Amino acid sequence: MRGARFGGLDLAILAVGLAFLYGPMLLLVLYSFNASRLVTVWGGFSTRWYAALLANEPLREASLVSLRVALVSAALATLVGTLAAILLARPGRVAGRRTFTALLLAPMVLPEVIVGLSLLLLFVALGFERGIWTVTLAHATVTTAFVAVVVQARLLGIERDLEAAARDLGASPATAFLTVTLPLAAPAIGAGFLLAFTLSLDDLVVASFTAGPGSTTLPMRIYSSVRLGVTPEINAASSLLMGLVGAAVLVASLASRRRAPTT
Amino acid sequence: MNRAAAASRVATMLPWAWLLVFVAAPLVVVAKISLSESAVAQPPYRPRWSWTLDPAAWQAFADGLGLDSYRALLADDLYWRSALASLAIASAATAILVLVGYPVALAMARAPKRLRPVLLAIVILPFWTSFLIRVYAWIAILRPAGLLDAALGLFGLPPLELLNSTPAVLIGIVYAYLPFMVLPIYAVLERRDPALLEAAADLGAGTVATFRTVTLPLSRPGLASGVLLCFVPIFGEFVIPDLLGGSDTLMLGRTLWSEFFGNRDWPLASAVAIVMLLALALPLAWLRESGLRRGDARR
Repeated sequence: MRGARFGGLDLAILAVGLAFLYGPMLLLVLYSFNASRLVTVWGGFSTRWYAALLANEPLREASLVSLRVALVSAALATLVGTLAAILLARPGRVAGRRTFTALLLAPMVLPEVIVGLSLLLLFVALGFERGIWTVTLAHATVTTAFVAVVVQARLLGIERDLEAAARDLGASPATAFLTVTLPLAAPAIGAGFLLAFTLSLDDLVVASFTAGPGSTTLPMRIYSSVRLGVTPEINAASSLLMGLVGAAVLVASLASRRRAPTT
Repeated sequence: MNRAAAASRVATMLPWAWLLVFVAAPLVVVAKISLSESAVAQPPYRPRWSWTLDPAAWQAFADGLGLDSYRALLADDLYWRSALASLAIASAATAILVLVGYPVALAMARAPKRLRPVLLAIVILPFWTSFLIRVYAWIAILRPAGLLDAALGLFGLPPLELLNSTPAVLIGIVYAYLPFMVLPIYAVLERRDPALLEAAADLGAGTVATFRTVTLPLSRPGLASGVLLCFVPIFGEFVIPDLLGGSDTLMLGRTLWSEFFGNRDWPLASAVAIVMLLALALPLAWLRESGLRRGDARR
């Protein structure tokens, strides 16, 4: 029975793996409270970089742009992604399923530089002015696939019998869908929205291609200062962002656990 | 009833229209512009052709079919070297990811059932936090006189000064992509039947033989999706080689970026994108096939 049981070696592997995953992030948070400007010198605990962050006008502006883009693009991606997931989860043969799947998943698996470049060239060809809307549409395109994958997994897990039962009891297909399937899929749709929101908030490459003057997002701002080297202010901004996302994911997972105890 | 049918039709058409406009059309535009001539005007390209049925225009198009960008790609060994470096770095990083990710996934799958959802959440959480910030965190660690060198100094070891080198890029990639390797492998290992392991043990197989004959073959689908989920985006990675690599760490994604933003040569950047797409077509088709098969099996 050796080999089947969880042992000391497994524990060691997990400990090392998780230390590798979390160590750098914890160091970053730790050093955001460093009073010294130098990376390797610990100058005592201080929140001065957080104060400096609040006074940093371009960074604040970029945060607002990022939040607006993330909210609107996540809403769009949730709508399109959920509809795509419903199409994919339909049983039996659906015309063009292979093409549809390929197009849906392409922005998720293709390198970001290709997605960003191709969307920019589309916007230029259509004569769209580059700005906050082009970034929003581009982000919605990238994140739709993620929403669709999350929602489709949930739809496949829902007992088809439940919808059939509703139909037997006289509900129209639309009513059966709206009163049975949709509420059951709601936690996954919420998770999809949250995923799309955080992915948009995080994206540098696609935004850099599709942004115009006045639509510089937070990652673009962070990237341009990171290129100049490590700055304690960016450490503080990163720590805040990680804390925010961590809290949001925690709340969402607790909420979905309460609503869907079976998953 | 008719309204419901109309609503259902709209629900079908909307995702299709979205994907055709925002996924299919852009790739066609990239292909078109890769055949155009670069110009200094804004936008910096001069279309070689436009949509028309006039035969004279088609003749002119055929005469001037612009393979200039592709010729430039072949002529300059920068592109060959970036393509080969991308391939080498993506292969090496994927191999390291398998060696690191598989034991972690196996340990997770062997953990007590009660603990597994917690471990899963802990491995997924970094995926939710910013990719850029996670890469950025390594700059402070790897840079000369950074945290790694300071730690080595405590043990009297010489500094490594890893930042701006290919090993730094590999470390960054393995760090950033580890969840993508662990999750698919864990997903298949977690579902394996414990009775199979007991049967192998009863039949006298040791730990190694059980792993080789039962666990590894069972985990092959997860391993395949992990490899592809990592290899494809790593091949086109821009952020990690740009922030952690040196100026000599060429990768195609970075070359495309500098053609576009640095040299403002849109046709050449488009040609690089098309070459990248063709290079990735095979692994992508494989990924889609395996994804479809798994989707069908579940149905």
